[in-house]
Amino acid sequence: MLATMPETEPLQSTGEIHPDILLVNQARAGDVAAFEKLVRQYDRQVFRIAQHITQNREDAEDVVQDAFLKAYEKLDQFQGNSKFYTWLVRIAVNESLMRLRRRRTGKMVSIDEDVETDEGSMPRDLADWSPNPEAQYGQSEMAEILRKTIQGLPPGFRVVFVLRDVDGLSTEETAETLGLSVPAVKSRLLRARLQLRERLSRYFRKKNGDGVK
Amino acid sequence: MTCTEFIAQLDDLLDNNVAAPLRADLEEHLRGCEHCVITLNTTRKTIEIYRSHEIYELPGELRDRLQKAILAKCRKC
Ligand SMILES: [Zn+2]
Repeated sequence: MLATMPETEPLQSTGEIHPDILLVNQARAGDVAAFEKLVRQYDRQVFRIAQHITQNREDAEDVVQDAFLKAYEKLDQFQGNSKFYTWLVRIAVNESLMRLRRRRTGKMVSIDEDVETDEGSMPRDLADWSPNPEAQYGQSEMAEILRKTIQGLPPGFRVVFVLRDVDGLSTEETAETLGLSVPAVKSRLLRARLQLRERLSRYFRKKNGDGVK
Repeated sequence: MTCTEFIAQLDDLLDNNVAAPLRADLEEHLRGCEHCVITLNTTRKTIEIYRSHEIYELPGELRDRLQKAILAKCRKC
């Protein structure tokens, strides 16, 4: 009877299962190869987040290992109502913060500590950028500029910017991942974007202009 | 609309999250304010640049090593 599926039939939300969830279920049942797929899928993103928070290569390597191991051990606690990725990143963020604290003993390190700064809340550098600012720098020079620039931001701003703008999580997912409120994520994102813009202006602003500012 | 009011809506504008009436007000402000045009464009560019450059590359060799270490431990637990 049901020879063909009507093409216009919308997918029922109950029938649509994210591929990650299938892999999680297989891994729970003891299929390590299924978990390996999840590792391959997300190890680069976890490494990136860990680097952004810890600013330390060895720590970031350890975080990748520990975050995936913890996730594997805790798979039973994973609730299918959030994305596996946001759940994993939450573990990675906590591991990263732990390591950062260990290195900076005595110094308060937290993602939810509110950073009192007016920097970047209003743009000051109003010079326009050259049309293709990236063309002025080589690939590795560019990466260095971008690293230096984002490292100057408070950790709580960096991580919001990376999750939201680089990883493409939604505001709600970012809030959930970091244990922050939605308004807190929004306010940090705006300030992070403006501060980065301000700092990058030093490198990318139009040169050989009229020289007057 | 003042520049401060414009900047408060900057994220929603960049994320394409602005309803029509407000959008019209923002565009109206942009027509008369070069500073906010520059801020909008260069902020958009900032996001694009960070999105298109991997600044913390995970080198292939290290990646292999980490994956092996993770999976070896998973098999033991
Ligand atoms: Zn303005």
